[in-house]
Amino acid sequence: MAKYNQHLLVCGGTGCRASHSDAIVESLNRALVERNLDGEVKVVMTGCFGFCEKGPIVKVLPDNTFYTQVTPADCDEIVAEHIYKGRKVNRLLYTNPENQEHVSDSKHMGFYRKQIRIALRNCGFIDPENIDEYIARDGYAALGKVLSSTPEQVISDLIKSGLRGRGGGGFPTGLKWQITSKVKADQKYVVCNADEGDPGAFMDRSILEGDPHSVIEAMAINGYCTSASKGLIYIRAEYPLAIARLKVALRQAREYGLLGENILGSDFSFDIEMRYGAGAFVCGEETALIHSMEGHRGEPTFKPPFPSESGYLGKPTNVNNVETYANIPVIILKGPEWFASIGSEKSKGTKVFALAGKINNVGLIEVPMGTTLREVIYEIGGGIKDGKQFKAVQTGGPSGGCLTMKHLDTPIDYDNLIAVGSMMGSGGMIVMDEDDCMVAIAKFYLEFTVEESCGKCSPCRIGNKRLHEILTKITKGEGTMEDLDNLRNLGQVIKDTALCGLGQTSPNPVLSTLDNFWDEYLEHVTEKKCRAGVCKSMLRYVIEPDACVGCTACARNCPVNAISGERKKAHEINQDICIKCGACVEKCKFNAIFVR
Amino acid sequence: MELIKLTIDKKSVEVEKGTTILKAARQIGIDIPTLCYFSLGDMKIENKPGGCRICVVEVEGRRNLAPACATECMPGMVVRTNTIRVLNARRTVLELILSDHPFDCLVCAKSGNCELQDLAHKFGIREITYKGEQSTYRKDTSPSIIRDVDKCVMCRRCEMMCNDVQSVGALSAVNRGFMSVVAPAFEMNLEKSVCTYCGQCVAVCPTGALTEVDHTRQIIAALADPTKTVVVQTAPAVRAALGEEFGLEPGTLVTGQMVTALREIGFDYVFDTDFAADLTIMEEGTELLDRLGKFLGGDKSVKLPILTSCCPAWVNFFEHNFPELKDVPSTARSPQQMFGAIAKTYFADKIGVTRKDLVVVSIMPCLAKKYECSRDEFKHDNNPDVDFSISTRELAALIKQANIDFKALPAEDFDNPLGESTGASVIFGTTGGVIEAAVRTAYEVHTGKKLDKVDFEELRGLEGIRHAEIDFDGLKLNIGIAHGLGHARQLLNDVRDGKSEFHAIEIMACPGGCIGGGGQPLHHGDSSILKARQMALYREDAEKPIRKSHENPFIIKLYEEFLGKPLSEKSHHLLHTHYFDKSTKITVE
Repeated sequence: MAKYNQHLLVCGGTGCRASHSDAIVESLNRALVERNLDGEVKVVMTGCFGFCEKGPIVKVLPDNTFYTQVTPADCDEIVAEHIYKGRKVNRLLYTNPENQEHVSDSKHMGFYRKQIRIALRNCGFIDPENIDEYIARDGYAALGKVLSSTPEQVISDLIKSGLRGRGGGGFPTGLKWQITSKVKADQKYVVCNADEGDPGAFMDRSILEGDPHSVIEAMAINGYCTSASKGLIYIRAEYPLAIARLKVALRQAREYGLLGENILGSDFSFDIEMRYGAGAFVCGEETALIHSMEGHRGEPTFKPPFPSESGYLGKPTNVNNVETYANIPVIILKGPEWFASIGSEKSKGTKVFALAGKINNVGLIEVPMGTTLREVIYEIGGGIKDGKQFKAVQTGGPSGGCLTMKHLDTPIDYDNLIAVGSMMGSGGMIVMDEDDCMVAIAKFYLEFTVEESCGKCSPCRIGNKRLHEILTKITKGEGTMEDLDNLRNLGQVIKDTALCGLGQTSPNPVLSTLDNFWDEYLEHVTEKKCRAGVCKSMLRYVIEPDACVGCTACARNCPVNAISGERKKAHEINQDICIKCGACVEKCKFNAIFVR
Repeated sequence: MELIKLTIDKKSVEVEKGTTILKAARQIGIDIPTLCYFSLGDMKIENKPGGCRICVVEVEGRRNLAPACATECMPGMVVRTNTIRVLNARRTVLELILSDHPFDCLVCAKSGNCELQDLAHKFGIREITYKGEQSTYRKDTSPSIIRDVDKCVMCRRCEMMCNDVQSVGALSAVNRGFMSVVAPAFEMNLEKSVCTYCGQCVAVCPTGALTEVDHTRQIIAALADPTKTVVVQTAPAVRAALGEEFGLEPGTLVTGQMVTALREIGFDYVFDTDFAADLTIMEEGTELLDRLGKFLGGDKSVKLPILTSCCPAWVNFFEHNFPELKDVPSTARSPQQMFGAIAKTYFADKIGVTRKDLVVVSIMPCLAKKYECSRDEFKHDNNPDVDFSISTRELAALIKQANIDFKALPAEDFDNPLGESTGASVIFGTTGGVIEAAVRTAYEVHTGKKLDKVDFEELRGLEGIRHAEIDFDGLKLNIGIAHGLGHARQLLNDVRDGKSEFHAIEIMACPGGCIGGGGQPLHHGDSSILKARQMALYREDAEKPIRKSHENPFIIKLYEEFLGKPLSEKSHHLLHTHYFDKSTKITVE
């Protein structure tokens, strides 16, 4: 095997690839060949580094230099300067926003300092398409260890570790395995739920793109523990890169005898098939997922029976999410005590979040349970963009809740988030600032759940539609106090009566904003005012007579002739005609036009 | 049997493990309202998707409300079915359903018989708090069934019937969320789908989303036309159910009152499909013996088992699903069509009326019969043998329109010659009846001996698939019976695979046979109603002076005067048919 002095790791996650990281790999290789360095330095396309805000990322090993926002044009310089001459390319280094100093090693960056990467341990480090690199990082050692102990022992360790389902529900993983293992059946199944559907979330995708073997290994372990010989990965067809890498990984695992008959010389046989979802959000709900895999309409059924008892084709089926699986090999190798030492009292380990919205450091992060929202937003996330005021953070995806300033010091774990009216969900975290209207935000999320409801139960099918209609009415400035009462009652009834997790949580954005941003709702209804200036129909463009010099610039530029006035005298906007396009504000040189 | 103790509304109750809260509550007289839930318990038919959420209850220790229809009782469970939280939730959910439902009650076919309307009444809904957009969908009219899915509440009962019970697979949910409806594949029209028109979807639909095509107006027009002679025939199962529409106990036989009512409405001749059922036995029974004789004689070209062919939905089913078996069923037309063919030839001649001036109307427990009379092979010069077929429900509406006090009517007899029938023909209306009638005649024809006992108890019952061995004086005849197309499919698969050991199989598309037909008064999931109708037919059979088809004097006369003998050339022409391969692959428009 060739030995290299240095490695150039290039992020190959979907985001960085969209910013041409493919071309970066090509350019780096070309530059290395030109300088005859290709025998000494290896370019590796890895999974996601997480710091998407600053992508594409190129990392140099062994000195850990972390280059940000690299373009193919920068590659020649990186090779010429850093590799050839040993001088860092400062202009591509991360700049600490506090003191404007360059930071070369990622572990000194605010974004990474508080992170602990367990599920993401190999993302941004190994070549996901090379099984040897996974094995070099202790990959499949956990499977080997498990095969020489009993399923009961492994399950008991898993229970001890305190790992809970990372898909959102937070059900104790070991317990789930135990239930499946105890049901007697001629055939059982292990399913990986990779139907990640929250808008803006990409935790599972990144793991599958960056470290597919960790999921495959864990599924095999699960198969051994529950006596299942067949695994199924249900993945949305919109994840082409993750699918491609999974396929490579499955092929390699079979070639190495890590999947198939008599794995590692044991009696245990296990293989995995892929199933593609068509992108319905509800198919992330396990019973709907199973129906979809069976070729039926993807809609949930009442539980019990739980899939552990009667799942795919009526057989006992253990369904876990991608991130849950990714944790398992490490837990087995390092022991349950180690895992349980991380996190909070009832939520152990770490959680991956997709940090998005009005925040400086957008990206994928993994933090210990118990980290506060403030730490995530201000330390890791680097605070709010453009120095604006923080307003809310939405956790738990489209059916989570909007939390506010007073919740910032809440340590993140399953129970705390539920207690404050939101939830963990699968790990979406969207930050909002003063420019966001909370009524419009609630409406946005409802739009999503209305679109994604399967239509099976009446509260979700019709109730969410009505919630959305009421919110639309309010954002149009036509809301009444009665509407606010109706929103609350309807939201509570939907939560109380809907069939599945989607419906039961879909009113959360409405209920949590009603609780935390009641003033804004009131303003919309009683004063017909949207303080964030988002709800267009409530805006009024007004000319301040004292400031207006009558230059006529606004009147000449108004596309609908809504502005009138004599030359050199204060002008006026006819509100009945104004379409609120804002052209006048842009043209006014005297700051005489205001939005109210 | 494990027993579980729980408390519902502070009353303690003990139930078998696996019992739902809904059933446990009903056991102690607490009637939790439901909408999507549907059960024909005795036939193992149950629909509990937990979709409507009307039946929600509070369970102590549970975060949200539980659907009583789908939640199993647990030991020590404390259930409350009428707290403010529950009542508010139910009312809100009902208002939501109503907010997406047309307010067409005044002109809806289901008005007065609508489960949604009943709920709105029970809950005292006077206005809808959550008004908003209503979903709209095109109306789909087929020869038998109208789909007006704007009225669909997504209870999925039709889907359960069509797929789980009938194994037809014409209906399933399509689209998502607010736009979801139950529809044929690719949202085709029902007519282009694999629908058999059995009408079981209509029979269970709680609202007016699925109804029959109403032909009563055409009948009134024909009755009003002085140039037309209008003849009516009534199917056996109608007389055992019609009374329910007028508040009579299920199982009340109203044969005579029905005849009187039809006369009062103005039909020129009131005849009986039972007469044609006797004729069917003559033809089908003879065909059975003919095929059996040849088969046992070693003729390889003859296929057994012979399958009955009186049920039009069943005919549609095998034409769609088992076209390779289309030479297996009897070629005998259904009684409805035999009647039409005889009425428009033999009878028309007798009274000196031309074919086109004779209008034949049938009263059927069935919706597929509407389609059957529109089939081309049952027309002559584009004039159908049976002009209009209406359901038991439509007849009831017609009687009510004519302000006839049905319960006070005296009983009258059918007209002759097409009104005389035997006990054998009456039991055509229930599962097992056709084959029992056939056995009565075939036995005597085959053995030349007189039957001591005409009741073949072994062929009766409500089990989905039954079989019996009948001793034909040394010849053991294996008989299979299936009702419900799902059960029929099981037997058919065996026939196709050459595994069937039956000589004859009776198949009825609807659970229970015609007594549970898609055109019958709605039973709302009460299977005791079906049992009562079945018993009524056996009662009428037992009371008939003649109980074997071949002894019907008017049948004997018909053969003497007109047809010659069973399976004669004239019979072939008028009383037999052929089948088509309808297994055309689905094409998306």
